[in-house]
Amino acid sequence: MLSLRRLNAIVSKEFMQLARDRITFAMIVMLPLAQLLLFGYAINTDVRHVSAGIVDFSQTYQSRQLIQTAANTQVVDFIGYYDSIAAAEQAITRAKVNTVLVIPADFVRRQLNRDYQLSGYKVGNSTAQHSVAQWLIDGSDPLLSGAVAGLSKLPISIKRLPMSALPDPAFALQNYFNPEKRSSVNIIPGLIAIILTMTMILFTSSALVREREQGNMEFLITTPVRPTELMLGKILPYILVGFIQMAIILFLGHWLFDVPLNFDMPSLLIVTLLFITASLTLGLLISTKAKNQLQAMQMTVFVLLPAILLSGFMFPFAAMPRAAQYLAEILPATHYVRSIRAVVLRGAHFSDLYFDLLCLVAFSVIGFMIATMRFKKRLD
Amino acid sequence: MTKEIVIQSEGLGKQFNDYWAVSDLDLTVKQGEIYGFLGPNGCGKSTTIRMLTGLLTPTTGHISIMGKDVQAHGESLRNRLGYMTQKFSLYESLSVLENLEFVAKIYGLSRNDVKRRVAELLQEYQLEDKKSVQSGALSGGQKQRLALAAAVIHKPELLFLDEPTSAVDPENRRAFWEQLFSLSAQGTTILVSTHYMDEAERCHRLAILEQGVKRADDSPIALMEQLRVSVCEVVGDDVAALKTRLASLPSVISVSQIGARLRVLINKKESQPLALLRAESGGGYEVDFTRTNLEDVFVTSTGRGYAELA
Ligand SMILES: Nc1ncnc2c1ncn2[C@@H]1O[C@H](COP(=O)(O)OP(=O)(O)O)[C@@H](O)[C@H]1O
Ligand SMILES: [Mg+2]
Repeated sequence: MLSLRRLNAIVSKEFMQLARDRITFAMIVMLPLAQLLLFGYAINTDVRHVSAGIVDFSQTYQSRQLIQTAANTQVVDFIGYYDSIAAAEQAITRAKVNTVLVIPADFVRRQLNRDYQLSGYKVGNSTAQHSVAQWLIDGSDPLLSGAVAGLSKLPISIKRLPMSALPDPAFALQNYFNPEKRSSVNIIPGLIAIILTMTMILFTSSALVREREQGNMEFLITTPVRPTELMLGKILPYILVGFIQMAIILFLGHWLFDVPLNFDMPSLLIVTLLFITASLTLGLLISTKAKNQLQAMQMTVFVLLPAILLSGFMFPFAAMPRAAQYLAEILPATHYVRSIRAVVLRGAHFSDLYFDLLCLVAFSVIGFMIATMRFKKRLD
Repeated sequence: MTKEIVIQSEGLGKQFNDYWAVSDLDLTVKQGEIYGFLGPNGCGKSTTIRMLTGLLTPTTGHISIMGKDVQAHGESLRNRLGYMTQKFSLYESLSVLENLEFVAKIYGLSRNDVKRRVAELLQEYQLEDKKSVQSGALSGGQKQRLALAAAVIHKPELLFLDEPTSAVDPENRRAFWEQLFSLSAQGTTILVSTHYMDEAERCHRLAILEQGVKRADDSPIALMEQLRVSVCEVVGDDVAALKTRLASLPSVISVSQIGARLRVLINKKESQPLALLRAESGGGYEVDFTRTNLEDVFVTSTGRGYAELA
């Protein structure tokens, strides 16, 4: 059925074109590089240095000590002092600061009461614990307000109570696999999924369209070439390209962001290979549908956006509504984000991931069959 | 000896949306012939060739190529057909050599045959010294030689050439036709479309197309002999003023100015064409018959000329 000679002719032709197309060639290397730096440095969910203001009605040694303690966490940077709540609220509205620490005039007395209560004394006739100060927070960004809310648990005490006397959290937490909780460790393996989705689909989605637009197709389809040979010949070169991109991201990620590299190499290669073929066939499918390169590009974006938003790359899969989760399951990227994180971050073996891998195989096989069937050696 | 029929079409038509690009086209092309399609841009030459090569599905009609139905058995004909597209369709970023090797491999030539055949073609089409040049950087004539070389790499029995010389200077055009004659002499049947009269004149047989309809179909000589007009020439001073006067005569089909001469086509029904011209032009003009050419055939087969003679 398949002529290896013809397949080989198409593959080597693709390689030659690829090597001479400077823009595509640059995209193969520059796209992962730029995205890695962008996502690795700029997109950071470890919130630090939130702009904060202070309203200090207490003006005591103790209140200044509280401010110092809060500043030492580096979660907030105090950049403004306000003399009324109204002024502080206005500063939040104008986004001068994201949060304001309000220290009441009776701060020292509240603090002493709290300390007594914590040490088991009864103060007055109340058993309720009172707060000693207040954080006004701009809640519009949950990530940011969450970090500041964490500051409400700051252990503070005037009487220097022993730590054991301070309230205990109900749960003990133990972080596996990313003990320092750096988000880049989680983002970078997922980034391989996004970059591969972008480049693999983009390259193949325009592959047939470009030949059609530039007129090559009219000649090609009068030769004895078979659709299967043409499709395979378009895919094979890009598998290598995909692996090169994966290697760039992983090794630079390791070098710049300390992403661990103690994974099982065969597992990484198998998981990535299946994802690359799934993405490439998706691109081919687009290529049989799109009328011109612009349409191919638009359809690629149409696939890329859900891949970024729903695959679990940006937002935790578990937190998404049920409907979005089902939708996400029909994206190859979802299965890959899950498996690559398992392999790279948790040292999983590919046999642990058979469901995701089977899905990727199914995407590739079905996609390839549909694309080949849709491709007609005709102009109409 | 009667030659084998290579292309046969009956009632061939193609409709795009609600526009008929080709209608009711009957063609018969015999083995070894150089068959020409002559017609202005948009008359349906490319559309017809695309239907004959199996790239477009005809809306009406039937095509048989070398005895096989194109719709049903198109793929089995691929190795026996060659097609040179109107627009250059090889890869611009690949060199001449790489393009030819690619096409040779696609046609399934063995490794040794690829080398031998490509070397042969480089020689034959004078591309030897350009073989490492990217084909996007070639001149019009070189591109066309490359495209022809690629179209005949597998030695097809039937060759389709769609306006092969539109980007080529006259000298290269002559050389190109030499190559076509040599292919034809080896038994290759050639169907070539053109809008140049001098090229059409070289064909063994010619179909004149207008708006998708075949207006004439015969050898160029027969077409000129069957002409239904008398071709006259008027020579003198200020022929431009005379031109409009002559054109308004009812039996005059067309008047065209060539330098200081007027070429006048007069309906054959007019028995005294020279007398008519002399009477109309008055003194001071030389009036006589002149040799017919293919352009006269074209003018009388299309547009107003066709309508008035019908
Ligand atoms: N794919 C198409 N869709 C719609 N109209 C077309 C298409 N291809 C050709 N046509 C129209 O059919 C007519 C004949 O075109 P074509 O065969 O390319 O002419 P030629 O090759 O003689 O210049 C033109 O009017 C052209 O606009
Ligand atoms: Mg044309």
